Amino acid sequence: MLDYHHLSITFGDVEAAKAVSFSVRPGEVVAVVGESGSGKTVTAMSAMGLLPRKAEVTGEIVLGGRNIRQLTNKELRELRGNEIAMVFQEPMTALNPVHTIGWQLVEAITLHQDIADPKQKAVELLTMVGLDRPEQRLKQYPHELSGGMRQRVMIAMAIACDPKVIIADEPTTALDVTVQAEILDLLRELKDRLGTAIVLITHSMGVVADLADRVVVMYRGEVVEQGDVEDVLIRPGHDYTRRLLAAVPRLGSGSRQAEAATEPVLKVRNLVVSFAGQRAVDDISFEIGKGEVLGLVGESGSGKTTAGRCTVGLQKPTHGSVELFGQDIARLSTRGMRPLTARIGMIFQDPASSLDPRMTVAECVAEPLVLHKAKNHKERITELLDAVELGSVTRDRYPHELSGGQRQRVSIARALALDPDLLIADEPTSALDVSVQASILELFLDLQRRLKFSCLFISHDLAVVDMLANRVAVMHKGRIVEQGSRADVFGDPREQYTKRLLAAAPVPDPVEQRERRVSRG
Amino acid sequence: MSGPTARRLKVFRRNKLAVAGITMLGLLVLFCFAGPLVYHTEQVLTSLADSKLEPGVNGHPLGTDDLGYDLLGRLMLGGQTSLVIGLAAGVLATMIGTLWGTIAGYAGGWVDAVMMRIVDAGIAIPALFLLVVAAAIATPSVPMLILVIGLVSWLVPARLMRAESIALRSRAYVESMKVMGGGSVRAIGKHIIPNAIGTVIVNVTFQIADAVLLVAYVSFLGLGIPPPAANWGGMLSEGLTYAHDGAWWLILPPGLLIVMTVCAFNFIGDGLRDAFDVRFEGR
Repeated sequence: MLDYHHLSITFGDVEAAKAVSFSVRPGEVVAVVGESGSGKTVTAMSAMGLLPRKAEVTGEIVLGGRNIRQLTNKELRELRGNEIAMVFQEPMTALNPVHTIGWQLVEAITLHQDIADPKQKAVELLTMVGLDRPEQRLKQYPHELSGGMRQRVMIAMAIACDPKVIIADEPTTALDVTVQAEILDLLRELKDRLGTAIVLITHSMGVVADLADRVVVMYRGEVVEQGDVEDVLIRPGHDYTRRLLAAVPRLGSGSRQAEAATEPVLKVRNLVVSFAGQRAVDDISFEIGKGEVLGLVGESGSGKTTAGRCTVGLQKPTHGSVELFGQDIARLSTRGMRPLTARIGMIFQDPASSLDPRMTVAECVAEPLVLHKAKNHKERITELLDAVELGSVTRDRYPHELSGGQRQRVSIARALALDPDLLIADEPTSALDVSVQASILELFLDLQRRLKFSCLFISHDLAVVDMLANRVAVMHKGRIVEQGSRADVFGDPREQYTKRLLAAAPVPDPVEQRERRVSRG
Repeated sequence: MSGPTARRLKVFRRNKLAVAGITMLGLLVLFCFAGPLVYHTEQVLTSLADSKLEPGVNGHPLGTDDLGYDLLGRLMLGGQTSLVIGLAAGVLATMIGTLWGTIAGYAGGWVDAVMMRIVDAGIAIPALFLLVVAAAIATPSVPMLILVIGLVSWLVPARLMRAESIALRSRAYVESMKVMGGGSVRAIGKHIIPNAIGTVIVNVTFQIADAVLLVAYVSFLGLGIPPPAANWGGMLSEGLTYAHDGAWWLILPPGLLIVMTVCAFNFIGDGLRDAFDVRFEGR
């Protein structure tokens, strides 16, 4: 159906794809996996004829017997949507916010087809992707739908003209696990019903195990391994694939026990945060003891980040109290808060934005030292950079000159600069590739054991929390639905929501994943 | 490469237009300030007999104006005023605007509301009107014009910087600094303004260009620095009066010099913005 034949793509002197060959048969899902910069997206996009002009391409891409590279622009336009369609990662930006869902669907339909009643067809499409009340949905705007619903609309647009191939670029990355599971089910169902071939670009081995028939593993522009999903994921042949799989955090691999209760360093009591009347955080209470890691898990919009921001005073609670080291922070003035800030550190999700782009690594790490007038900056910086395993060459570099993993190491070094008693980490690894994530988590675990700081670890990734936390609190719609030791919450969840969350997280083993899917119903 | 200054210089030098801008500005300064030392002309006493001579006549390379002043000499003299006022007033306006805007944007809430309503009110009053009032109260002089132009033209940069400040204050690196116990002064001085430096610098160049033109407007209204002092804007507007006489040499040279100054500052601003951007690797 779709064949890549010795495809090479170069941008200037960067080789994005090197002699890539693989093929996709009708009704088959081929997953192209790899970490950022592996060339997976560029390779797949080339089949749409949508590469930037400065890209130099050699080799062939054959779609339905025609070599795409020999087609004119007009023929390519004809091809797009009709024979090959695309589902993007972020449905909010891929949909036009000023037009209704119906308008956009009708546009997608009438672009290639001459149908008497495109509205009727739009309703059929929305029904097909499992949206309820399709007639009403047509009149809604993208912002009125949830992320999962928007992705369903994107899929409806993609299948509007019965394409032979759908390229799905990280279609579930921006979605929560429970929604991800639904979208993956939908894609599977559509593929079976319509016989569409799907090229699935993803970095998630769990998604691969769930949906793919075959896997193409890319690394630095090269295909290092390809084959059936069982072969590649269970008996990986290439070293890189093995490493990649080993890096994927797995649920059930955690071993940490809840520690004996000590005097809490952080005590949150009946915390409520309202935004414009909506309760983002709805009456939650938790404590973190000395040297303890509490994992706060939840999906997007569950209020976990807002709760984390309250604990350091970045967000004022509407009701309730936050006590740091026995002091109610609401009662403290800015000046009174200062000594406490020396005892807490914070790590943010996106290391690219949490470091000032105009400061060198050394300046970034030194900031807390400067703020709290610590002595011997130079030695301390060296010590810290050593602790996070960054060479001294990085000292004078700027954040943009570092990789994502290195940047997050700088963030960690900065957070630890004053030897804090409490660390707040908000999704510190979710912007990183799996292999980088693995090394950062390992570093984190090691540092925590050594320095014995307490930590509020906020994450949507259950497997990551499983690895790090002593205790776990599960948030859903602003409330903590379940809280307890890691072993209890993950091993023997009591709440329906926790069970659903655990069941929805895909595991990177196709056989096990199939079983989980069946038992999920 | 050694140190950020050397790196900035390198990036700046790589920008051909910026180097051209610096060269142009250098030549203009040389022309205005060193020129009169070499090329002596009478710029105080009028000589009506020599009024509006064409270029080349009677040893006046660029002719004379309606009062008989040698135009080339007058361009040098006028340039001194235009450049000094333009540069000083532009920098002053941007400095006030930058501080005002970043503080308003960073503080938010009612502080922001009050500060920005003041800006709105200021923008509602035409700058020219304020200049006229100021000129009526005191005799215009170079320092006074700098002050007045600076004080009326900081409003637009204030608005721009407020927007920048609002965008930057919620960046994680500003928040993380707050968590570390840092205060507003450090947030604004160390993080927000340095990261908005591109906007600031581009703004300065616009402000300088605007200030040169504002001086021209006031002179046109007869409220500028009194003769025999001159400036390019004033020369241009006076020259326009004689346009129908075909006195092109009264319009073209000052006009050209104003355009050159504005372009030079814009090119330099462009180069400076790149030079201060640590992410810039050369395109």
